[in-house]
Amino acid sequence: MTLRDVKVGDTVKVTKIDGAGAVKRRIMDMGITKGVEIYVRKIAPLGDPVEITVRGYELSVRKADAEMILVEG
Amino acid sequence: MGIRIALAGNPNCGKTTLFNALTGSNQFVGNWPGVTVEYKEGKYKGDKEVKIVDLPGIYSLSPYTLEEVVSRNYLIDEKPEAIINVIDGTNLERNLYLTTQIVELGIPVVIAINMMDVVEKNGDKINTKKLSEEIGVPVIEISALKNRGLKDIVDAAVKAAKEALPQSPKHRFDGSVEHALAHIEELCLHNVEDENVQRWYSIKLFERDEKIQEKLGLSEETVNHIEKDIASCEKELDDDAESIITGERYNYIGTIIDGCVKKAKKGLTTSDKIDRIVTNRFLALPIFAVVMFLVYFVSVTTVGSWATDWANDGVFGDGWHLFAIGSADYNDAVDKYNEADLIIVGYDLYCEGNGEGPTGDFKYPVEDEETAAVEYRTATHEDYVEAMEYINSHEVPEPEDYGVWIPGIPVFVESGLDAIKCNDAVKGLILDGIVAGVGAVLGFVPQILVLFIFLAFLEACGYMARVAFIMDRIFRKFGLSGKSFIPMLIGTGCGIPGIMASRTIENDRDRKMTIMTTTFIPCGAKLPFIAMVAGAIFGGAAWVAPSAYFLGIFAIITSGIMLKKTKIFAGDPAPFVMELPAYHWPTLSNVLRSMWERGWSFIKKAGTIILLSTIVVWFTTFFGFTPDGFRMLEEEEIGMSILASIGKGLSWIFIPLGFGDWEATVASITGLVAKENIVGTLAIIYGAAGDVYETMRAAFTDASGFAFLAFNLLCAPCFAAMGAIKREMNNTKWFWRAIGYQCGFAWVIGLIIYQVGKLFTGEGFTVGTVFGIAAIACLLYGLFRKDKYAN
Repeated sequence: MTLRDVKVGDTVKVTKIDGAGAVKRRIMDMGITKGVEIYVRKIAPLGDPVEITVRGYELSVRKADAEMILVEG
Repeated sequence: MGIRIALAGNPNCGKTTLFNALTGSNQFVGNWPGVTVEYKEGKYKGDKEVKIVDLPGIYSLSPYTLEEVVSRNYLIDEKPEAIINVIDGTNLERNLYLTTQIVELGIPVVIAINMMDVVEKNGDKINTKKLSEEIGVPVIEISALKNRGLKDIVDAAVKAAKEALPQSPKHRFDGSVEHALAHIEELCLHNVEDENVQRWYSIKLFERDEKIQEKLGLSEETVNHIEKDIASCEKELDDDAESIITGERYNYIGTIIDGCVKKAKKGLTTSDKIDRIVTNRFLALPIFAVVMFLVYFVSVTTVGSWATDWANDGVFGDGWHLFAIGSADYNDAVDKYNEADLIIVGYDLYCEGNGEGPTGDFKYPVEDEETAAVEYRTATHEDYVEAMEYINSHEVPEPEDYGVWIPGIPVFVESGLDAIKCNDAVKGLILDGIVAGVGAVLGFVPQILVLFIFLAFLEACGYMARVAFIMDRIFRKFGLSGKSFIPMLIGTGCGIPGIMASRTIENDRDRKMTIMTTTFIPCGAKLPFIAMVAGAIFGGAAWVAPSAYFLGIFAIITSGIMLKKTKIFAGDPAPFVMELPAYHWPTLSNVLRSMWERGWSFIKKAGTIILLSTIVVWFTTFFGFTPDGFRMLEEEEIGMSILASIGKGLSWIFIPLGFGDWEATVASITGLVAKENIVGTLAIIYGAAGDVYETMRAAFTDASGFAFLAFNLLCAPCFAAMGAIKREMNNTKWFWRAIGYQCGFAWVIGLIIYQVGKLFTGEGFTVGTVFGIAAIACLLYGLFRKDKYAN
């Protein structure tokens, strides 16, 4: 399962980050690393991106990038 | 020698507030050389020997964003004497991630935990003594907003700088990583002079940081050698190097936080409650629309346009009534007087034409000042009698009689020049060149300031990030950011503040793309020209004006898609992983300071180019070779001007677009001074032969007229906007790229409109049509070709 598939209001745990380069590094720099918990807060009014809570703060992630983040419930 | 202290920290950590509080008005704001990233330095209020450099807000020291590269290059190469690492106390976890990297640079570090007032209000406890021991650097609690701990933090930084003890991190990575790091250090870092940075370099090499490999000049052989160490470590830990390092850093922070921070259990914060409403699924868009409407209404329609009118028509025009008292009465009187005058003109014209006075109704011409359109109104004989009476019993209204009248700068300068019997050429240079040029620069400043109050407020309170969140889906398709919405919206009023509003876009490529495309949207100054073309060539057709906006939107979308696939915009797509900062109320002084900095940077950086180009166009318009030699010309003699010669020399460029005569070319060039000038120039040129609109109608076909309109809407904007582009790009190459692209794109669209348009206006299929269709094919190719730089 990837972060993209997570429903609003659910909390999941990151198992792996796919991909490479700038996007992956940026995702990790923002604190989305293996083992961290992510709470999906809401989806933007036009359907993308999604707002998540990670490490105590709010982050906006595009669905395309959320696909790189593997999670488990 | 003085001490340099660098401020480093995440965006939204209150770094700018701290910087302002420490330096007061002793600030220098500019750009890092050659890039659009802002550079700020200032002298510490308490000790002028201490220089404070404000680094861009960053989350990491990775090689992937411009801000991070600029910051880390400064820290490694310039080696400030100390670093103050500013940390948001309400969000320690992510903020400390940057700290773990900064302490590896070998430069003395002190940590400022900011927003302590908020931390305490939330009931959280941070054991700073323990934190300081864990990380191995002094930790000071501050609140930049409440002026708390400011002296302590600088004193601590100065002390650290004077002691100059080599900073080394307490944190150690997993055994196998440390093993690889030791190998790397031994293999290729013994040449590095400052051994304190060796650890940082070795970690970067472990992460396969290409910029550092290059910087150290490593041979391919060495890189391959290191690669073995990295690969074996990756295999052992079953992850890639970057993930290992990042993951370990965050794990390490987790253990520190557990020992040092006690969070009070709490429900929703105020910020959460605001966010629940503001970006709510149903309310987000209506609220967004209201906010945008407010920004537009105040900064473009009302206050902004009053400010611009006052600056352009008042201060740099004839003059203005103090507090606008008496203006309305004066304008009424002028209108009444002019109307009477025009009725008499109409009467006289009738007499001239018919040899006798009209017995019944007659027509009189009324010209619209903005669009040069002439309308004929009907007057009766009684109107004429009344008009005669009015003119005979009234003087020409003088503004002084209606209120406190302050003459504009040009009027003032002119009377001064007249008093010293100044030569006409010098007078023209001063008035129409220099004063008009300065006016063009300063005339926009009030509006820019009004807009920037809003932008600074939206940015500081946290709503700007939500704008990007809400609009991202639409704009990213065209290679733009959700934040591009504001520049485009403001651009419908005036391109200059629109371009300057792109400053709020963090991503370099999104920002450049926004700067290049914002002026495609018709600004207020283009409206009279659009109305003129609609009236003169298309008989006042209602579709012309909306078509101009569609054309603008079309230009933005196609340019975005095409440019996104070109080499200059190539590379990894910008990750849109954006922090949505907590909402908070900004301080007035920060908002005002941000407003002033941006307004001033426009004057300083854009001023020169605007002034120079205005003078050049003035000179070429008012001088020329006449039968009686080279001399200064009257306005009506524009046909003999140097500009006309240039127009004649360049007009061949526009032959394929259907308007290859010098008149249209010259009008396009004067449009560069200010787009509304196109109307004035055409009125002078075509007015010489009688009715402006009729002559113009004869000079264009439907196809060439619309091509002419399209070209002038899309080509390079006015000099003031070009100045803004230059200032925002901060790079000559990118400036010319933007201008070149705009002109080229405008030309191609003009070509398509004229050549393909001819097909529909009954001129049949010609060789040109082939080129028109070929141009469409090129456009389609640009739009739909595979993006070979995408990954």
